[in-house]
Amino acid sequence: MTLTPERTTVASGTPLVPAAPPAPPVVPEKTVTFQIDGVETTVPKGTLVIRAAERLGIQIPRFCDHPLLAPAGACRQCLVEVWAPGRDGNLAKMPKPQASCTLEATDGMQVRTQHTSPEADKAQHGVMELLLVNHPLDCPVCDKGGECPLQNQAMSNGRATSRFVDVKRTFPKPIAISTQILLDRERCVLCQRCTRFSEEIAGDVFIDLQMRGARQQIGTFDTRVLDFAPDPGTGDVVPGGEAVPSTTEADAQAVVSPDGPVGVSLPDASGRPFSSYFSGNTVQICPVGALTSAAYRFRSRPFDLVSTPGIAEHDSSGSAIRVDHRRGVVLRRLAAEDPTVNQEWLTDKDRFAFRWQAAPDRLTVPMVRTRHADGTRGPLEPVSWTEALDVAAEGLSAALAAVEEPEGVEPGLLHRVASRLTGRDEPVARPTGGVGLLPGGRLTLEDAYAWAKTARVVLGTNDVDLRARPHSAEEAAFLAHAVAGRTLEVTYADVAAAPVVLLAGLEAEDEGGILFLRLREQVTKRRARVLSVAPWASRGLQRLDGTLLPAAPGTEAEVLDGIAAGARHEGLAEAAELLAQPGAVVLVGERLAGVRGGLSAALRLAARTGARLAWVPRRAGERGGVEAGALPGLLPGGRVVTDAGARVDVAAAWGVPTLPSTPGRSTGEILAAAAAGQLGALLVGGVDPGDLPDPAAALEALAAVPFLVSLEVRASAVTELADVVLPVAPPVEKAGTFVTWEGRPRPFPQALVSTALPDHRVLHALADAMGVDLGLRSLADVHAELDVLGGWDGGRASAPDERPAEPVTVPAGHALLATWHGLLDAGRLQDGDVHLAGTAPRPVARLSAATAAAAGVADGEPLTVSTAAGSLTLPAVVTAMPDHVVWLPTNAPGCPVRAALRADAGDLVALAAASAAGAGPSAGAAARPAVTGRVGGDAGLVDGGADGTSTAGTAPTGRTSGYATGSTSGPVTGTGEERA
Amino acid sequence: MTDPTQRPAPRGDGARRTGATPARRPAGGGEVARPAEGDGYRSAIPPRGPLARALAPVGGFGVTLANMVKPTVTEQYPSEKVPTKPRYHGRHQLNRYPDGLEKCIGCELCAWACPADAIYVEAGENTPDAQYSPGERYGRVYQINYLRCIFCGLCVEACPTRALTMTNEYELTGPTRAGLIFEKEDLLAPLRDGMLRAPHPMVDGTTDTEYYRGEVTGTTPEQVAWVAEHRPDDPTLPGYTGDEPRWTPGPAAAAVQATAAAATKQGSR
Repeated sequence: MTLTPERTTVASGTPLVPAAPPAPPVVPEKTVTFQIDGVETTVPKGTLVIRAAERLGIQIPRFCDHPLLAPAGACRQCLVEVWAPGRDGNLAKMPKPQASCTLEATDGMQVRTQHTSPEADKAQHGVMELLLVNHPLDCPVCDKGGECPLQNQAMSNGRATSRFVDVKRTFPKPIAISTQILLDRERCVLCQRCTRFSEEIAGDVFIDLQMRGARQQIGTFDTRVLDFAPDPGTGDVVPGGEAVPSTTEADAQAVVSPDGPVGVSLPDASGRPFSSYFSGNTVQICPVGALTSAAYRFRSRPFDLVSTPGIAEHDSSGSAIRVDHRRGVVLRRLAAEDPTVNQEWLTDKDRFAFRWQAAPDRLTVPMVRTRHADGTRGPLEPVSWTEALDVAAEGLSAALAAVEEPEGVEPGLLHRVASRLTGRDEPVARPTGGVGLLPGGRLTLEDAYAWAKTARVVLGTNDVDLRARPHSAEEAAFLAHAVAGRTLEVTYADVAAAPVVLLAGLEAEDEGGILFLRLREQVTKRRARVLSVAPWASRGLQRLDGTLLPAAPGTEAEVLDGIAAGARHEGLAEAAELLAQPGAVVLVGERLAGVRGGLSAALRLAARTGARLAWVPRRAGERGGVEAGALPGLLPGGRVVTDAGARVDVAAAWGVPTLPSTPGRSTGEILAAAAAGQLGALLVGGVDPGDLPDPAAALEALAAVPFLVSLEVRASAVTELADVVLPVAPPVEKAGTFVTWEGRPRPFPQALVSTALPDHRVLHALADAMGVDLGLRSLADVHAELDVLGGWDGGRASAPDERPAEPVTVPAGHALLATWHGLLDAGRLQDGDVHLAGTAPRPVARLSAATAAAAGVADGEPLTVSTAAGSLTLPAVVTAMPDHVVWLPTNAPGCPVRAALRADAGDLVALAAASAAGAGPSAGAAARPAVTGRVGGDAGLVDGGADGTSTAGTAPTGRTSGYATGSTSGPVTGTGEERA
Repeated sequence: MTDPTQRPAPRGDGARRTGATPARRPAGGGEVARPAEGDGYRSAIPPRGPLARALAPVGGFGVTLANMVKPTVTEQYPSEKVPTKPRYHGRHQLNRYPDGLEKCIGCELCAWACPADAIYVEAGENTPDAQYSPGERYGRVYQINYLRCIFCGLCVEACPTRALTMTNEYELTGPTRAGLIFEKEDLLAPLRDGMLRAPHPMVDGTTDTEYYRGEVTGTTPEQVAWVAEHRPDDPTLPGYTGDEPRWTPGPAAAAVQATAAAATKQGSR
C-alpha cells in the first residue's frame, strides 16, 4: 500500500494489496523527426501532428479530435500550415492549411501553427467564424457554459465580433434521446465525437449524422423529428420537427423498429429503441453543449463546483471518477482519466447513480430499539453514539457469553432452514451462542479489514462472510485458492493483450462495464476473440463479436469441462484450441458460484489449456474483502484459517495470543444458525436481504436472532429488525480504497465534509466499548497495520475439485431459470435517479421458440414465470437459446426474481401464458402431461434421438442438452441472432 | 514649485560619495545641533494694533453670525429623506417582462462576476406547467447576501437579460444576519398593472428572443385564461375583487423595510 505518505512502519514483505507497478515505457520501433513552430521533436512513426504538438505544449484548437477516437477531421478547427519535403527533397509548402488532427508527422516536416503562421491563424479564425454562424450563443442557459471548448476557443482563436448578420438556423430544443440524454441540435458543431464514441467504443449506435448540407444534424432516426415522413400515429407531418420536453413522456411512444436504424439496441424503459449503458460519455466528450444530461440540467456552473477525485462504487471495475459537488451536495460525476483502468470512459451507472448517498432515508444518528414492558421490540429511538455503542457492546457481550443449547427448538428445523439457505443437504451442528458478521460486498478494503479483524479479535469467531449473494463452499475454496493474495495476476492490460477471452458466468456489459469496453477495444482493434458460456448471446456479446457456447443454467460446469481438444462438439474443440494460445484469459463471474462444480471446472480448464484465470465479482468491495479476510475461511492476504502458521502470523501482527481456528460459517450458514436460534447476535453491514438467495428466509433469520446490530448508510429492511443501528458513511463521505477485480488498489479521498463515520471507525469504537483496542481508529492506522501484515508467501488453500451436478430433470410446463443482474435495475444504489432508470432496458423474459411454444406464448406476449413462492409476469421474447430455459433479469423494476420466486439460476420454474396463469401456477403446471426431459450441458451428453423430440410444436419437453436444439446445431455465434 | 536647481542629487552622486569620507558632524558633539545661545522664540504672526486687541474677545462671533445666514447642509435623516442620485447603487431588483414573466434565467453570471461572493443562484427548468421565464431555464433560487454585497454593480453589468438592476433603496439593515440574505421573492420587482404573476405560459408564437427584443408588451388573453384556469384566485388577474394585494415584498425585504421604518419613526421629530 502506498497510500499514507507519513507511514513509518516497514512492511514485512510485499504489501497486502500492492499497487500496480508503473507500465514500462513503450519504445517505438520507428520514429520521425520534424519541427513544429521551429521546435524539433522526435515522435513514434504514425503520430498525429496535433498529438506531437500537445507533447511540446503547443496548443492547437480542436473540437473533433479525441485521443481515444479515430481521427475524423470533421471540424477543421485545427488547421496548420505545413511544409514538407517533396519528391525532390526540397521543402515545399502544402498549398492549403492542413488539419493537424488527421495529419501524420513525417520526417523533415515543418509545421507552423497559429502561433507562428498568420495563414494558420487566419484559417482557424475563419473556421471558427463558420462554426459560430449557426451556433445560438445561448451560453447563459447552456449547461456547458464555463467549461465549453467552443466558448474557450472562440475567445482564444476566434474573432472578437461576428460579421454574421443573417438569421441563424434554429431547431426546436431539446430532443430527449433518452430520459437521460438531451440533444440540442442548434448548438452542435457536427464534430461527430458522440457518434464515433458510440460506434467505435461502446458499439451501441444510438445517434448518427443525418440529413445533408446546412440541415445536417445529429439525431436518432426519428421520422417525426426529421420531418420526412408522416407520423405513423396521426398521419400528420410535423413541420420542422418537434421538440420533445425532457420531463414528459410525450415522445415515449415514437417507437420505430427495435432493430431499426439505431443499430443493435433494446427498447428502454419507455419502449424507445435506445438503451446504452455508456451514453453519458457522449455528454462528457461533447465539445459544445449539444448533448446534456437531464440529471445535471441547469444544476450548477463549473465555477460553483468543487471537484474531488473518486472511485466508482458500483462495480469492481474501479473506474476513476471526478465527484463534482456544491455546498455538500454531489451534483454530477465525470469520468476521470486513467489509461490503465477506465481510460476516459464510465458506465452510466457509475456516472449518474450517486443520489443514493444523500437519499432522504440516510441514517445520520445512532438508534437503539426500545423494549416494551413485555420485552417485545418497540420502535427505534435516536440516541447518542456513546449510548448506542454501550447497548451494542452489552448485547454482543451477552451473546458471546451465552453458549447453552436454546430451549424449545423444534428438532429438524435447523436442518431444514439451513439446507434452504445454503442449498446443501448437510446438517449444521454448531455450539450455540456467539456472533455472526455479514459485512456485505460494498465495503472499502479498510472497512472490510476492520470487519474481518473485529470478527476474530473482538468476537472470537470466523463467522464473517461478505458474500451477500448466492454462494457456495466451493466458491469459498476457489477464492482461497485462486483469488486471495493473488493480486494483479490478470489485469486489464493482460485482457487487452489476450488473443482470446472466455467469459463464464459473467455478462461483461452488465456486470463490469469497463471490462466490457476494454474487451471491445481488443475485439475491434486487435481482432481478439471472445467466448462466452451463457444461455443466450446477449447484446453485449454480440457487440463483442463473441461466440456463444450455449449452456443451460446449472450446466456451465459441464460446458467448461467439455472444452477439450478432442471434444465432439466443434465449438468446444475450437474453444479449446483458442484457449491454448499463449495469453488466453478465462474470466469467471461471481454467478458461477451458483453452479455446482462451475468454479472447479474453470480451474480445471485453466490448468488444461494454460489460460490464465481471473474472478470478476460484481460489487466494488468483494475483491478487497477477499484480500482483507472477510470470509469464513480466510484471514487477510489469503492466509487460510486452518493453517496454524498463518494464524500465528496474523495473531502476532494483531497482538493477540490466538485466533479462532475453526473455519467460520458462510452467509447462508450464519443465517441458518440465526434462524435456528443458534446465534446470540448478528452484526450486519450493507446487506440488502433482497440480494440473498432467499430473501424471505433471510428476513426470518434476521428477525429470529436475539440481538441484531446494523451498520448501514440508509434505512433498510435490516434497520427495521435491528436492535442497534449505527450509521456509517457512504463512499463520498469517507476516504478508503476499493480493490478492482484485478486486485489493484484504488484509493480515493473523502469528497464531502461529513460527520459520518466509516465502518472501521465505528467498529473501532464498538470494540472499545467492549474493552478491546481494535487499533483501527484512523485510515492511517489501518494502512499501517495492513503494511505490517503484508502479503503471505506461505501455503495456500487447495483447489476445489467438485464434479458438475447431475443434469436436472425438467417436468412439463417448467423450465430452468437463468438470471443475472442488469447494469441498471431496481438496486438500492440507483434509488432517486429517475432519469437514469428510464434508460434501463425493458425487463423481458427470454426463452427459446420451442419453449415458448410449449408454454403457449408468442413473441411479445406476457409470460408468467412462477414457483411455489410466487410468480412474475413479463413480456416474452423469443431468443436463440437452449430449450427448457427461461431468462429473467434478476432485479429489474417489477421483476424481483429472488423475492418473488425465491429461486435463483438453475432452479426449476413453471411457465405459463399470462392468461392461463389465473388459475394458479401449480394448477396450470399439473394440467399438462407430465412428460419429463433432461437438460444437460456437455455436448457429449447429446444424443440425436432426443433432439428431435423437443422441437417446437411437438412434446413440450425432451431430453436436451445445454445447446439449443432444433435448427441450431452448433454454438450460436453472437452476431445478428437475436431479435429483441 | 521647486526650484530645478535645488533638485536632490542624482543617484550616481550618492554612489560616488560612498567611497568618500563621510561628512563631518556639526560642532557641538551631538547628532542634532543645539540652538544658538540667546536666540529666543519669535512669533511669526505679526503683532496687532491696539483696536484689534480690544475687539478680539467678541471677534469669534463673526464666524457664527456669518454661518447663520448661509444655506444649511445638514440632512435631517431619517426624519427627512433626501433622494439619492439617480444612478445610486442601492438594493438589487429582479425585473420582469411586461407580461409578468421573470427576466432572470438563472445563468449565474452575476454570481460569477460578484467579487464579494454575495450572490447564490440555482437554476431550474421551465416546464409547460410551470413557466417562470421565457425559454428553458429560470432562476429557481436567487439569493443576495447584503452583508457581503459591496454594491459595485458588476452583477448588473454581467446580466445577459437585464434581469438584475439596482434600485436606489439604501436602507438595508436588520437585527439578524440571516435576515439580510434576500431571497428571490424579496428581490423581484413589484407586479405592475397588467402583469400576471409567474408561472404562466409565454405569449403564443414567441421565443425568448422576442421577449428580449421587447416585442412582448403585455399579457395576452390566452395567458390570462391560463392563469384563470390554474390559479383562479390570483390577485394579478384582471377583475380580481379579493382583498389580497397584487404584490407584497418577500419576508426578508419586508422585515428590512419594517426595521428601517421603525428606526425612522424613532428618529423622527
